[in-house]
Amino acid sequence: MFEKEVAGVELSAELNQFISEWKEKPGNLIMILHRVQEEYGYIPREVALELSRMLDVPLAKIYGVITFYHFFKLTKPGKNIIQVCMGTACYLKGGGDLISELERLLGLPVNGTTDDGEFSLEAVRCIGCCGLAPVMTVNGEVFGKITTEQLPGVISKFKGN
Amino acid sequence: MAYRSYILVCGGTGCESSHADKIYQNLKNEIEANQLFAQVQVIKTGCFGFCEQGPIVKILPENTFYVQVKPEDAKELVEEHIVKGRPVQRLIYNPNEDKNRTSLVTEEKDIQFYQKQFRVVLRNCGMIDPEVIEEYIARDGYAALEKVIFDMKPDDVIEELKKSGLRGRGGAGFPTWMKWNFTKNATNSETKYVVCNADEGDPGAYMDRSTLEGDPHSILEAMTIAGFTVGAQKGFIYIRAEYPLAINRLKIAIKQAKEMGLLGENILGSDFSFDIEIRLGAGAFVCGEETALLASIEGKRGMPIPRPPFPATHGLWKKPTVINNVETYANIPMVILKGGDWFSSIGTESSKGTKVFALTGKIKNSGLIEVPMGITLREIIYDIGGGIPGGRKFKAAQSGGPSGGVITEEFLDTPIDYENLAKLGSIMGSGGLIVMDEDDCMLDIAKFYLDFTVDESCGKCAPCRIGGKQLYGILDGISKGNGEIEDIQKLKDISLAMQRASLCGLGQTAPNPVASTLRYFEKEYMEHIVDKKCSAGVCKDLLQFVIHKDKCVGCTVCARKCPVNAISGERKQPHEIDQSACIKCGACYDACKFQAITRG
Repeated sequence: MFEKEVAGVELSAELNQFISEWKEKPGNLIMILHRVQEEYGYIPREVALELSRMLDVPLAKIYGVITFYHFFKLTKPGKNIIQVCMGTACYLKGGGDLISELERLLGLPVNGTTDDGEFSLEAVRCIGCCGLAPVMTVNGEVFGKITTEQLPGVISKFKGN
Repeated sequence: MAYRSYILVCGGTGCESSHADKIYQNLKNEIEANQLFAQVQVIKTGCFGFCEQGPIVKILPENTFYVQVKPEDAKELVEEHIVKGRPVQRLIYNPNEDKNRTSLVTEEKDIQFYQKQFRVVLRNCGMIDPEVIEEYIARDGYAALEKVIFDMKPDDVIEELKKSGLRGRGGAGFPTWMKWNFTKNATNSETKYVVCNADEGDPGAYMDRSTLEGDPHSILEAMTIAGFTVGAQKGFIYIRAEYPLAINRLKIAIKQAKEMGLLGENILGSDFSFDIEIRLGAGAFVCGEETALLASIEGKRGMPIPRPPFPATHGLWKKPTVINNVETYANIPMVILKGGDWFSSIGTESSKGTKVFALTGKIKNSGLIEVPMGITLREIIYDIGGGIPGGRKFKAAQSGGPSGGVITEEFLDTPIDYENLAKLGSIMGSGGLIVMDEDDCMLDIAKFYLDFTVDESCGKCAPCRIGGKQLYGILDGISKGNGEIEDIQKLKDISLAMQRASLCGLGQTAPNPVASTLRYFEKEYMEHIVDKKCSAGVCKDLLQFVIHKDKCVGCTVCARKCPVNAISGERKQPHEIDQSACIKCGACYDACKFQAITRG
C-alpha cells in the first residue's frame, strides 16, 4: 500500500506545499500529521524531526500528540492491513474469535506485522456497518458477516499482491 | 424533473460495503445500454436505515423497495422493471422468509420496520443525492437559513429553540437554547466559534455518520444558523478520520454551498459571513468530551479540563463557543421551519422530538432507526426490530455505550426518554442500542466496556486512570474463576468513587456498565464467583466441554472440526477431549448432531 521510502528528510513537493498552506493556521499539527501518515503509512521519526524544525514545535510535543491518538502509527505497517472491528455488535457476534483465528493463521499477535511485511493485523473501533457484524476490512475493502472458516480464503486473496 | 422513473441506490456505509457502488454503476450502464438516460435517473442516496436487508434499491414512482440487491441484478432490474414494467419478485422484501413468497412487501410504508418510525433528523436520508445541493434545496434546504437571516433576530431563534424543548443529543441532554444563549450573551470576546462534534466513538453506534453521509447540508445549514444567532464567523466540524465517506461528502457540500453563496462571505447577499472548516479526529474516545475535543482542534493532546468556565464562554482558543453534536444540529432547520410548537408536540413531557438509534446486536432487523421520544423498548425491539433471531430469549438491551447501562425485560414497557433511562441506571447517550440474548454474559459485557474505557482514559485524573484499571482487573479475575465474594463490594466502592471524583464525563460514566449489570444481574456475578460457572457459556476459563460416552456414536465430525486436534478416538467408538489441549472454542459442541457434548 505505502511504497514510499524515507529518503533522508527530503519531503515530497506535495507534502511541503500542504505544510506551508497549514503552517500559519492555529491548531495545524494534527492535520499535518494526518497528511504525513497518508503519504508514508506511519509517522517516520525523521519526518517528525523535520516537522519540528519547520513548525518550530518541540519534538517532544509532536510525539506527545502522536502517542495520544490511536490513529497515528510509529512503525511501518504491512503491505496489506487487516482490521477487525471490535465494536459492541461485532464483539457480540464473534469479532474476538476472528482475531484469535487470524493471529493463528498469520502467526502474529494483534497489532503486529508479519516478518515478510505482507500483513498487519489490527483490532479497531466500530467502523459503522453494524448490520454486517462481524466485520473486518483488508486495505479498506469490507468483508461483512464473516466466519472463521472464510478467513484463509480472504488472506490468500491478498497474499503476494 | 422530466424523468419517467427514478432508481434510488443506498450509498450508506453498510450498503457501500456490500458493493452498492458497483450496483449503482451497473444500473447506470444498463440504462445507458437501453438508451433510457433521458427517461430514467439513477441516484445514489444516503442510508435507508434497513441495513440488515442491504443493499437497498428503490424505484420511483412505484415505490418498489428491493432488498439484498447484488451488482449482477442490475440487468434484470432494468430490463424487467423499467423496460417491461414487471417488478422483480425475487428481490422484493420477504419478511417471513416464506419459501412460496406469498407474503412479499413491495412498499416501504408497508414494511413493519418503518411503521413506527418518525423521521425528522433522517428526513432526507434515502431521499436525496447528498452530493447534489439542488436536491437538498428542493426539499426546503437552506429555507430555514434564509428565514433566520432576513426575518428573525438572534433572540427570536433562541425563543424558538426554547419553545421546541430541543436538548443535546450527544449524551447528557442539556437544553440547546441555553447553550446558544450563553454564547450569544458572552461579552468576553468579539470572536466566537461554532463547533460540530462528529467524533462518534461509541462502539456500535453510527447515527451521526449516516446523517453526515446522507444529508451533509443540513449540518452546514444548522451551524450557519448557530453562527448567525450567537455572532460567530467561523465553524469547525470535528470528525473521525475513520469516516472517509462522510468527510468527502462534507467537503463536496461545503464547496457547493460556497459556490451558491450559502456559505462564506455575505451569505445570500446579506452582511452576515460565516465559514466552516473540517478538522479530523485521530481516534481518541475522550475527544467526545467537549473540552477534550476543543483541545484536539487546537492541535493538542485531547485532554479535558475542569469546568467551569464552560466552552459557552471560554471554549476554542478561550473564545465563546457553541458546541453541539451532529444529531442536535440536524434538528435545527426543522425547528426553525416548522416552529418550536410543532417540534414540542412530538415526544414526552421532558424530552421532545425524536431520537435516532443504531439498533444492533442480537436482533433480526438491525439498522438505523428514528423514533419519537416516549416509544417503548418493546416497540423498538419487537415491532421495528422484529425480535431476537433463532428463537433465543431476550436478556437485556444496552444503551449509551461505554457510558451507559443495561435495560432488562421487566422495563421493556417504560417510555424511553432522558429521565426514564437515567432512573433505570442507563443513559440516552448518543444512540447505540445493542440487544443481547441469553448467550451473552453480563460480566463479559461489563468487562468489554471497561477494557474500552481503560484504553481510552487519557490518564489525567487518578479516579479514572486507576479506578478503571482496578475494576477491569477484578472483573477479569472473576471471569477466570478467581473471584471472591468481597469483590462485589469492591466493585461497588470503586464505581462510586469514579462516578464522584473523575474529572470528566468519561471517567464519571465509565463504571456505569459495571454498576448497571451488578444492579440487575448480581446473581450472574455470584454464579461466576461462587459456582465458578458462566451459564451463558462465554467466559472460557470457566467452561469445560465433555463428550458423553453413552451418546457418542463415533462419527468423528467433532474431531475433524477441532482446530487444535484435541479430540481423539477410533471411528464408531466414543471420542474424548484432551482438556489440556482444548481451547474451548465450542466448534465440537456446535458440530455434534447427537447432543453428545455438553458445555458446563
